[in-house]
Amino acid sequence: MKIAIASGKGGTGKTTLATNLATYLSEFSKVVLCDIDVEEPNSGLFIEGNLEYREAVYKMIPNWNEDECSFCGNCHKVCNFHAVIRIGTDIMIFPELCHSCYACSELCPTESLPMVKKRIGELVHYKSNGLDFVESRLDIGEEQAVPLISQTINFIKNNFDDNMIQLFDSPPGTSCPVIEATKDVDFVILVTEPTPFGLNDLRLAVETMKMLHKNYGVVLNRYGIGNDDVIRYCEAENIPLIALINNSRDIALAYSAGKLIFQELPEFKKQLMNIRSYIIEILMDN
Amino acid sequence: MNLAFTAKGTTWDSNMDTRFGRTEYLLIYNDISKELSSYDNRESANYAHGAGPKTAQNLFELKADALITGNGPGGNAAAVMEKTGIDIYIGAGAKTVKEAYEAFQKGELIKV
Repeated sequence: MKIAIASGKGGTGKTTLATNLATYLSEFSKVVLCDIDVEEPNSGLFIEGNLEYREAVYKMIPNWNEDECSFCGNCHKVCNFHAVIRIGTDIMIFPELCHSCYACSELCPTESLPMVKKRIGELVHYKSNGLDFVESRLDIGEEQAVPLISQTINFIKNNFDDNMIQLFDSPPGTSCPVIEATKDVDFVILVTEPTPFGLNDLRLAVETMKMLHKNYGVVLNRYGIGNDDVIRYCEAENIPLIALINNSRDIALAYSAGKLIFQELPEFKKQLMNIRSYIIEILMDN
Repeated sequence: MNLAFTAKGTTWDSNMDTRFGRTEYLLIYNDISKELSSYDNRESANYAHGAGPKTAQNLFELKADALITGNGPGGNAAAVMEKTGIDIYIGAGAKTVKEAYEAFQKGELIKV
């Protein structure tokens, strides 16, 4: 079963929930936690394990060969992202802007734009007691998170059993990286906070999940600050509120020390138990 | 010489557009024929990426010799501009096109 932990707003507690839930669930069954928030992966700060595997990840970009180029202009006209620019008898390529669609390369009449590999980041796989942890990190200066996210999800598909619990710590927001991270999962946990900002971005995330026809539920973190508008919104929209995590200085302290919170605070563990029960319910329904 | 301006409109009285890549219009003033022409660059608002490089390419195709603008191009666009050989003058963001031209003539703008 594939579960994504996502949010509209950043900083609501995706990683806190992902690392704690993954470790907690691994006490019952085999779990893989995959951090695909590749622009700033941080689940690894909370998971100790032994390095199992490491690989560089590449995307394909065009490489201009000027000898045969007829400067027809097909390449720059077809590029939606202006990664190929023609200045007179010079073709400039901006690898960071390239989405690896191959259009310029395929439509070049003189085959002057063969596709070549470009490193964009790195994938690592760690193993700790009963928990596999996979993390991908985009190289500094790279702009395209999607190719790295999609290749990391493929790595999970190829190396782990579909029947085990696969948790994906996703990027925040509602743009392409989030779509890529959530489009193939069975369930999405949307983490939010009870503030106007949290509610606004939750609405955006919910709209996105509706368009993707996803099954989803909400975990409300830092309950006690702000107001009850998020709860009222979930009730009005019939969105399951799976867990409620109190705003607590003890949680912040444990987090800051790089500790797993459920091992320190029974109250937090109870909320993970609620989430586990909910997941089991969904599994039974399927 | 063809002088290019990033502008919010198409006349001398239009405000300058401080942005480069997503400027609404590119105005071209030919100081020999004394003609002011305009290029509608508003499509750039819809670009997900690469507005800067694309606008730089547009400037090259409009045969601009110098650009008068507000903040100046970002990294990718600057690389294209360097290739085009078009001179860049910045600091004209808070002016009308006419005022920007006068400031350019008086040497008040910063050459990048």
